Amino acid sequence: MPKLVTSLSEAIQRCSLRDGMTLSFHHHLRNGDQVLNMVLAQAAQMGLKNLCIQASSLFDVHSPLIDHIASGVVTGIETGYMSGRLCQAISEGAMIKPVRFRSHGGRPDAIASGRVHIDVAFIGAPAADPMGNANGVDGTAACGSLGYAYSDAQYADKVVVVTDHVMPYPLVPASIQEIDVDFVALVDSIGDPKGIVSGTTRITRDPVGLVMAKYAAQVIAASGLLKDGFSFQTGAGGASLAVTQYLKPLMKQAKVTGSFGLGGITGYLVDMLEEGYFEKLLDVQCFDLRAVQSIRDNPRHQEISAARYASPSVKSAVVNSLDAVVLGATEIDTDFNVNVHTDSNGLIMGGSGGHSDTAAGAKLAIILAPLFRARLPLVVDKVLCVTTPGNTVDVLVTQRGVAVNPKRPDLADRLRGAGLPIYPIGELKEMAQRVTGVPELIRPNGRVVAEVEYRDGRIIDRIRSIQAP
Amino acid sequence: MKITANAIAGSLESNDVLVRVSPAEGLSVEIESIVLQQFGRQIRQAVLETAQALQVEDAAIFLQDKGAIECTIKARVETALLRAKGETA
Amino acid sequence: MRRTMLFVPGNSPAMLLNADIHGADALIFDLEDAVTPAEKDAARVLVRKAVQALGYSGCEIIIRINPLDSAYIKQDIDAMVPLRPALFMPTKVASAEEVKQISAMVAAAEIAYGIASGSIGLIPLLETAAGIEHAYEIARSDPRVKAIFLGAEDLTSDLQAIRSKQGDEILYARGRVVIAARAAGIDAYDTPFTDVNDEEGLEKDARFARSLGFSGKAVISPRHVTAVNVVFSPSQIEIEYARQVMAAIEEGERLGKGAVSLNGKMVDKPIVDRARRVLDAARALGLGGIEDA
Repeated sequence: MPKLVTSLSEAIQRCSLRDGMTLSFHHHLRNGDQVLNMVLAQAAQMGLKNLCIQASSLFDVHSPLIDHIASGVVTGIETGYMSGRLCQAISEGAMIKPVRFRSHGGRPDAIASGRVHIDVAFIGAPAADPMGNANGVDGTAACGSLGYAYSDAQYADKVVVVTDHVMPYPLVPASIQEIDVDFVALVDSIGDPKGIVSGTTRITRDPVGLVMAKYAAQVIAASGLLKDGFSFQTGAGGASLAVTQYLKPLMKQAKVTGSFGLGGITGYLVDMLEEGYFEKLLDVQCFDLRAVQSIRDNPRHQEISAARYASPSVKSAVVNSLDAVVLGATEIDTDFNVNVHTDSNGLIMGGSGGHSDTAAGAKLAIILAPLFRARLPLVVDKVLCVTTPGNTVDVLVTQRGVAVNPKRPDLADRLRGAGLPIYPIGELKEMAQRVTGVPELIRPNGRVVAEVEYRDGRIIDRIRSIQAP
Repeated sequence: MKITANAIAGSLESNDVLVRVSPAEGLSVEIESIVLQQFGRQIRQAVLETAQALQVEDAAIFLQDKGAIECTIKARVETALLRAKGETA
Repeated sequence: MRRTMLFVPGNSPAMLLNADIHGADALIFDLEDAVTPAEKDAARVLVRKAVQALGYSGCEIIIRINPLDSAYIKQDIDAMVPLRPALFMPTKVASAEEVKQISAMVAAAEIAYGIASGSIGLIPLLETAAGIEHAYEIARSDPRVKAIFLGAEDLTSDLQAIRSKQGDEILYARGRVVIAARAAGIDAYDTPFTDVNDEEGLEKDARFARSLGFSGKAVISPRHVTAVNVVFSPSQIEIEYARQVMAAIEEGERLGKGAVSLNGKMVDKPIVDRARRVLDAARALGLGGIEDA
């Protein structure tokens, strides 16, 4: 029986989709994804109910989920990150069963261990051959790395590759291999290229962001990690990306050749690879067009699976070889616990992604954030949600000062010696409050709408429903 | 000080506040703010203090706040009240 | 030290919030060209309250006020004197007489608000042909005048010249302002570089200004501060050389020598003076390892 079918609905029929099943999706098509919506539209049409969506991330394009939840098609969501209108709905209590948040490394671990059982995996692929070999670098909807799809392909009961670009057998290179694939569904379009990757990601022009980024680069230089073999990861936010621009002259000055850049890869890391600052790039997802082109054309830019990237239970994961990582925060408390799940009102607006994994693995975990955003201080007494525990966070860098985790006195000495403005984190809190005033304590006390599962499988926090506006 | 006209001050830009004042019986303050839960009380306090300092007892003051800190709120309220009196600072 | 003076638009709460993190030696809170006529009142109140609340310690406070012939200058001065700024920056200054009038207005306000007379200085902005022509008289016009500052954008308009990055059209004005300032014994500040994105052009422009003898340079973008600070700071090489000069002088004095040489070159008064200035600047900037010279 041929694997290639000419409609998604046929593939779904052949998979014998039933009520209560768990369907999985990767997020490499980001906010241009059409696969998840197409599958669920089909499922709804078939009258299916109580489905669990196991998606590595969810974006605003997935807002139709709100209707599927209301109608009972979907009663469970497990994801690593959430943005867009779905967040408001979940935070207001649209779902009875709490959302289960995991990290990017925790997800493959949960899948491999059997804690999560996937009935059908739908793998959107920019290019596939009729036997299901698939990659993310060919085709018009090219998205680059397919790192988050590996576990789905390996462990799901049934695997459907969904593509709009069938190529002759055998497809080389193949990220997803035919050995795992049951069906290949050909559709008109798997996603909108403009929503899949941004044309280019941009470093911030905001002078405050640049001041912060410069401090972060100086922290890395003063830490003693900036020597040959240095490895580095940075988030895709404007200020985090700007760190690369300040790091380059420091690396040049110290005559350092780095071993690898890791991510979340943008054109800026590709530049560093091509300009000789790093020997290799290890890529679990591509954020922009330059990253996609580079992973396709440069053998030293390699795709890695999410498990290899960050799983806590594999023989070794790349995050554990990582020297320095630059991460963001909506809030950080005086114990250095970081919140990237909710905003200061408790509204869901993100998720760990790789945050807690990289913080746990890297030798130097730097949180980069402004001291206050629109009157809201960054440093609080207690975060509304613990995404990343403080004992994995080393340094907080703001535009007005740097705080070092007390468990790293060695690092504090080095940074002070380098002339960086070091303050106890409590003093940064007070510095912010002198400008903003002391905010009233917000403690949402509705029922639990989401649970945060740390990479070791424990629930480390719960998110409660906020008041409906 | 008597408010005799409607007046506006400030803007809807980030970190600013748009203040509208109009003549009214008694003092009323209405606040929309992106940080209402965290700072609503302090914002109201800042408005009342500013009105008091200018001896304004009869005005309707409406704020659309985009995260302005206290000195900005007081500055914009003061400016709006003085404009509503037909006087510049 | 006034290597950099960063313009901060007076009516922008977002800019006021973070003005002092960029490392500028001085902040120019602008009540003049950055503020539309309709918002002059709002800017005055905002700057006053922001400076009172935020302090900006670590930065010198300069207020750019509206021209003498405007409806705003008296209110600018009355509103800002209680802040005790280091300097007012009067604009479109064309003559010594104007400076005296402004100085008198400031004096009256100082008395009214109980502030030590003469404590607020002036840094007149010379941005017209008349201003440049009378630069020396303006520089000497009043004890309050601590420096003069060249404004090329308005000046080139007044000259009916064409403004360029190269700056040939303001070359004479630059030289004239430096000469006038030095002859009067005060400092001179150069016009800002206006292309926010051209970092190479900025550095070139700043280095040129330094070589002409300017004490520092105004900047319109926070992103320009670091580069201009570097240009107007003594370099390690300059500091090292200055120390050698002073050491040679001291040794010469100890040995009772009349003339002193260093590396085969006579160390005469201009070299010693320059060495002292470099070491003063280094000390003021806290650059490491400077003993009293």
